[in-house]
Amino acid sequence: MAMTTPQPLTAMPQAAMPKTASQLDARLELPENVMISRLDELANWCRKNSLWPMPFATACCGIELMATGAAKHDLARFGAEVFRFSPRQCDLMIVAGRVVMKMLPVLQRIWLQMSEPKWCISMGACASTGGVFDTYAVVQGIDRFIPVDMYVPGCPPRPEQLIQAIIDLQDKIQVEGTITGREFDTAARQLRKRALTESGDPLTLDASRNPVVQRQLAAERNATTAATR
Amino acid sequence: MSADPDTPSESTTTSVNDAGFQALVARFNGLEASIFRGQQRVVVPQESLLEVMQLLKANGFDLLVDVSCVDYLEYRGATSRYGVVYLLANTRSNERLTVRCFVDDPEPTVPSMVPLWPGANWLEREVWDLFGIRFVGHPDLRRLVMPEEFTAHPLRKDYPLQGRGERHNFPVISRDQS
Repeated sequence: MAMTTPQPLTAMPQAAMPKTASQLDARLELPENVMISRLDELANWCRKNSLWPMPFATACCGIELMATGAAKHDLARFGAEVFRFSPRQCDLMIVAGRVVMKMLPVLQRIWLQMSEPKWCISMGACASTGGVFDTYAVVQGIDRFIPVDMYVPGCPPRPEQLIQAIIDLQDKIQVEGTITGREFDTAARQLRKRALTESGDPLTLDASRNPVVQRQLAAERNATTAATR
Repeated sequence: MSADPDTPSESTTTSVNDAGFQALVARFNGLEASIFRGQQRVVVPQESLLEVMQLLKANGFDLLVDVSCVDYLEYRGATSRYGVVYLLANTRSNERLTVRCFVDDPEPTVPSMVPLWPGANWLEREVWDLFGIRFVGHPDLRRLVMPEEFTAHPLRKDYPLQGRGERHNFPVISRDQS
C-alpha cells in the first residue's frame, strides 16, 4: 500500500476512515514495532492460537485424534496440542466417535463444565449423524443436544481433515469472536447453526434441501409474478 | 472338544455315553438330550433347572462359561418364547455342555445360578437387562448395560430397532445455556 501523508483522524471524511488495523497503521505515524488493533481481534488472535482440546474420544475416531496429536501430524503446529482431560482447562471439545444414550448426559455435563469461551468439533460420521448406528442406543448426532461449531466428515476422518477443521475454526474465531463472547449470545444464531432439530420428519428439517417444498415455493413465486403481470 | 489323554474312552461323538451325563438323563427321565456336531445339549424344564445344574456341577461341569438368551418370537416351529442358554464346561475333561431352558411370557422366570457359580452375577444381569428374564434368587438384579432409567428390554424381537424415542429423550443445551 502506498504511504500517504498522515492526517489527523478527526479530519478524515467518513468514507476514508480506515477499515482495518493495517490501514490505520498506514495513516498514523507509529514508532517501529508498535501496531494498533481492536481488543476483540487481539483476544481472538490469542484464543485461536492456543486452543486446548478436550478429547471426548469414544470410538475409532479417537485413534485418528491421537494420530493428529502425535509426532507425524503434530497438532502443536496449530497451537492445539495440549489435550486436557479436565474440562475446566479446555476450550475446544472434540467429540470423536459415536455417543450412546448412556454417554450423552456425561457429554452434556462435561460441556457445561467447560469454561467460556468454548467451541465444539463434531468429528466423524457417528458424532455428527449417528453414522451407520441407527439403533435405539446411539444418539443420531450430538448437535441435537449440544452446540457444534465444526463438523468433520469421514469414517474416520484422516488427521489432515481434523487439522483442516481446526484451521477453519481458527478462522471462525478470528472473524466472529469478541473479547466478551457476544457472538454466543443470540438464540437465533444457534438455531441456524444446529443442522438438525428435534422434530421427527427429516424432510421438514431443512426446507432449502427439500425438493417438495422448493417446488411449492417456485410455483408460488411463478403465480405471484404472473398475477403482477 | 479334543479328547483328553486322561479319559481315552471318550471320543467327541460318543461323549454322551459319559456316565455322569447318562445318569443325569436317566435321573430326570424325559430330558431332551441331543448331540449336534459333537456338541452335547440338553433341554431342562424350568422346575428342575436348579437341581440339574447342581448335579452337573457336582459331576464335573465346574465352569459356567456363559449365560445367554434367545427370543424365539415368530421363529418357525418354536413352542416357547424365550430360551435361556447356559454354556457349561468341564475343566478337567474339556467337555462342554449346553443347557437350555424354555420360558414364556408373561414373567419369564428362571432360578438364579449365582449360588452355584458367582460368575453368573453379571451374566444374568445382562440377560435381565436385554431380554427381561427374571432370575429368582439373584442378589442384585439391576440393569447392566442400559441406563438405569431405561424401561424396555431392547433385544426382544418385538422391540423396534430404533427404539421408542429413548435415544432422543434428553434436554437440549444451547449456546445460551452453556
